[in-house]
Amino acid sequence: MNMAPDLFSSALIAGYQAQAAKQTQTQTQTQSQTQEQPESQAWDEAFDRGHLRTSWRQTMNCLGRLGAAGLSQRRDQALRLVRDNGVTYNANSERGIDRPWALDVVPLVLGAEEWHAVARGVAQRARLLDAVLSDSYGPQRLLREGLIHPAAILGHPQFLRPLHGVAVAKRLVFYAADLIRGPDGRWLVTGEHAQAPAGAGYALENRIVLGRALAEAFRDCQVERVAAFFMSLRKTLRALSPHHHDNPRIVLLSPGPYAETYFEHAYLARYLGYNLVEGGDLTVRDDKVYLKNLGGLHQVDVILRRLADDFCDPLELRSDSVLGITGLAGAIRAGSVAVANALGSGLGENGALLPCGERLSRHLLGEELRLPAVPTVWNDAALLTADLDRFILRPTWTQRGAPIDTEKLTAAERAALSERIRMSPQDWIGQERIMPSTTPVWTGTALEARPLTLRVFAVADADESEGYAVLPGGLTRIGDVSKDTWVLSAGPVATVSLLQPQSAQISLKRGGADLPSRVADNLFWLGRYAERVEGLARLVREGLQQLTDGGDPAAVLTLLDQLGLKPVDDTYAGLLALIADEDCNGGLRQNLNNLRRSAFAVRDRLSNDTWRIINRLEQPVADDDSIAQLDRLLTDLAALAGMGMENTTRGPAWRFLDLGRRLERTQHGFELLRAVGSTNAVLETLLAVADSSITYRSRYLTTIQPAPVLDLLLVDGTNPRAVAFQLARLNEHLGHVPGEEDRALPTEAQRLALRLRTNVDLADPEALCRPARRAELAEFLARCCDDTTRLSEVVTSLYLSHAVPTPTIR
Amino acid sequence: MRYTVTHITTYHYQEAVAVSHNLVHLGPRDLPYQQVLGHRLNVSPEPTVFHRSQDYFGNRSAKITVQSPHRELVVTATTTIERTQPPIPDPALTPPWEAIADTVRRADLVELLPVVEFAYPSELVPADSGFREFAEPSFTPERPILEAAADLSHRIYSEFTFDTKATTATTPVQDALRRKRGVCQDFALILIGALRSMGIPARYVSGYLETTPPPGRPRLVGADASHAWAQVWCGEDWVDLDPTNDCVPGERHLTVAFGRDFADVSPMRGMILGGGQATVRVSVDVMRL
Repeated sequence: MNMAPDLFSSALIAGYQAQAAKQTQTQTQTQSQTQEQPESQAWDEAFDRGHLRTSWRQTMNCLGRLGAAGLSQRRDQALRLVRDNGVTYNANSERGIDRPWALDVVPLVLGAEEWHAVARGVAQRARLLDAVLSDSYGPQRLLREGLIHPAAILGHPQFLRPLHGVAVAKRLVFYAADLIRGPDGRWLVTGEHAQAPAGAGYALENRIVLGRALAEAFRDCQVERVAAFFMSLRKTLRALSPHHHDNPRIVLLSPGPYAETYFEHAYLARYLGYNLVEGGDLTVRDDKVYLKNLGGLHQVDVILRRLADDFCDPLELRSDSVLGITGLAGAIRAGSVAVANALGSGLGENGALLPCGERLSRHLLGEELRLPAVPTVWNDAALLTADLDRFILRPTWTQRGAPIDTEKLTAAERAALSERIRMSPQDWIGQERIMPSTTPVWTGTALEARPLTLRVFAVADADESEGYAVLPGGLTRIGDVSKDTWVLSAGPVATVSLLQPQSAQISLKRGGADLPSRVADNLFWLGRYAERVEGLARLVREGLQQLTDGGDPAAVLTLLDQLGLKPVDDTYAGLLALIADEDCNGGLRQNLNNLRRSAFAVRDRLSNDTWRIINRLEQPVADDDSIAQLDRLLTDLAALAGMGMENTTRGPAWRFLDLGRRLERTQHGFELLRAVGSTNAVLETLLAVADSSITYRSRYLTTIQPAPVLDLLLVDGTNPRAVAFQLARLNEHLGHVPGEEDRALPTEAQRLALRLRTNVDLADPEALCRPARRAELAEFLARCCDDTTRLSEVVTSLYLSHAVPTPTIR
Repeated sequence: MRYTVTHITTYHYQEAVAVSHNLVHLGPRDLPYQQVLGHRLNVSPEPTVFHRSQDYFGNRSAKITVQSPHRELVVTATTTIERTQPPIPDPALTPPWEAIADTVRRADLVELLPVVEFAYPSELVPADSGFREFAEPSFTPERPILEAAADLSHRIYSEFTFDTKATTATTPVQDALRRKRGVCQDFALILIGALRSMGIPARYVSGYLETTPPPGRPRLVGADASHAWAQVWCGEDWVDLDPTNDCVPGERHLTVAFGRDFADVSPMRGMILGGGQATVRVSVDVMRL
């Protein structure tokens, strides 16, 4: 082996070398105790019995040069990028808590030649599974000829009978296989994904992050690029469109922000340039699928789905689904829409097919199977329960849920599992234990050898000789941590970008009504929450500052009271609870969470820079530093508002974002101004939280009186913090909602907004502030508050409510 | 026997429904012992989409979409049908149940493909140890299949209470099994679950039953209802069993559709946009001609 000299001097690499060897030894011992296969020992991806593999030379060279400190620094850089880009995995979808995506700084490196074999094997398996699906939803020859046990198809819960006999252009568009590499160096399949494989988006993001964090190694290594794979996907989806081949409307259907991999749905939608939609955004009329936009209905040609197929149509499939599109199966039958993967392809996630891959390949393709599965036993309770330890158990029909390692079960758990297997043996597969290969992982102090799994993705591509294009690389996982996967190029690397112009010319467009109501709704609330958080942060910061300066926070408490917020007491801690407490209703923490949630739901609509700012918004914690934290939060909120003003096209998305912001500030303004008649301290605080103290002083010096304050904060249309300013903008926005431009008469929302604006413009601050007319002022502000609430309701019902179908009673 | 069956489903909505999608199984199928002489399906208001087709199991089905705003939807199915007594094998001469279960497990006979799929769990009848516990006493060794199945059906009839309040259309059938209460639909599903737990194929049948008024009372139009029962595979043929009435259906049972369970053949299932509070009225009239 011919190694670069500096490698020998790297303690880092030498440490791994020794460790990998030791790891191999211990594993061999465990193995030989339980089984008579003394020769088997884990394959190490980087080292072959102490010798560095050729494909790893350049990468290890680079890691060696970086050393421990360098590697840790790159790891931190990668994690920062992950956080800034908001890459999350919703591990606990019930509670909607997202955790950052975990990425190791060391890639898995695979040589060109061995990859070629893996890729051909995965493409072949995809072709095979597509053929099995077509047969199962068609003539069922495999069943008639006895090549598959009927239970494997007819007993599969995802064999969707309403779709049987429905012709579709392509069933298996997107496919993934989970692989491990056995001790002999051969890759083996443990499971297949046939509905809506997750992970390609994460693999892409891993590449973007690691390509930056390990830029020099990435360059030196001549790594195969991944963009071409996604171009194949786009090309195939375009070709699937039943009509409008030049520029079909393609949407990505997601279950929504509570889905485990929602980040990826949003990420792919943005990357591929598709609308991210949920079931509620789509509706079926006349057997055609339409996207509900602000401006009306637009026919959808192709749906790339990330929703499990039995949830896709509550009319013909699972009636309890609230995530689907009523009538979708009918539209597919009518041929007006294509769905990828085809409804029913969940049948391909089928452990019962794993044991017969060789036979099916010979029969259906006339080829030997290139990439076999781990030896798998299905539907054999006697064999599985007699020797439970021999197997890793998995449910037959689903890829969800972790496999069961029988060695880790208690006696009671084993008995219960055996009973379940005996009761429905067809629901279980047992896979022989294969020791997976190991690869170096950076722990922060050392490179450690850890077992890996690799998910490889394929997409149908008629121009490929195998019928499928395979993503060079894939998603490598070490437990919960992922890795970028580098496939070395045999020749020079071809770089492609998804933004390359296509041959057909598309017509120029501006603005456009292309905004689903649900998206407008989330943008509207994003604007409202951002403004609400800002208003609250300013008020509490003011109170904290007064307390720190030894002052009396009474004025702040009066204003908080107008907002319906009552701190437990008037101490520093009492005020802090309003921003830091989770249980504080209407407090800052709740609103900040809501802001994040709204932003997350429109992740695909926000630029990366905007998203980075939203990720920076930090929940202040209760400590001595809280004022500085609120300062930072307010600066970041200003940056968010700035992105909205300076970096957002003046289309409907911007209008609804700003509409929300303006409406919230109007409401906030009216509510606070109700306290205008009390103390001078309140007046000063009002000016301070509205950032208008300087303007006031420049006009009136130090004399503080209600009338000029009311003028500056309510009626003065030149003050961007005054209510009048907000109402002017509100009226403008409501005049430009898509589909409303040509209306002869104003909508109810426009009437309300106009009335509010006129009332405020015509208000006479001096008259209203006369002590004798206090009641009139109070009544005026109360009416304005009511009108604003009503306006919000009307806007919601006019534009934003997206009714979800309900089942009829039986 | 010749009948005219009128099945009227009326939905009333408090607010207008913008779109209503419906999938119906209201047209009886032809069988060796049942001939449909005429079938009409009327929908008011006028539907925009009206597809008649056969479903996976060969039942008549229709997809009906109403796209004009409406506060009332009326679906009327009128069928004229000739029903004769289906052949019923001598229970003692049917094969031992183990032989049936064994054939189904091997599943190597092409001609049995349409049969074996009814031995597998389905959406509303999942595998559950409760079914097996309930079934076992009826399945003594070597017992002829129809004897065992009829005994099971009889036990449901005698051990369970017919109770329209105990369950709804969405109650899991295991609840009805545990509480030993329910309606014909529950009893049919329990019989199916119990048979499948022993490896025996079983089908769900939706249909009608001609009812006779109490002695001395006039026959009431529309007082009948949809009915449900089960079929068990006896090696050569499917044989009907009605656990609600402890009988083998004959001339007075009219078969509409069969499937793995209620979800496959629900007479009417729909999704609506809007509507608010809704009420439904179902009227069935089985009239002997």
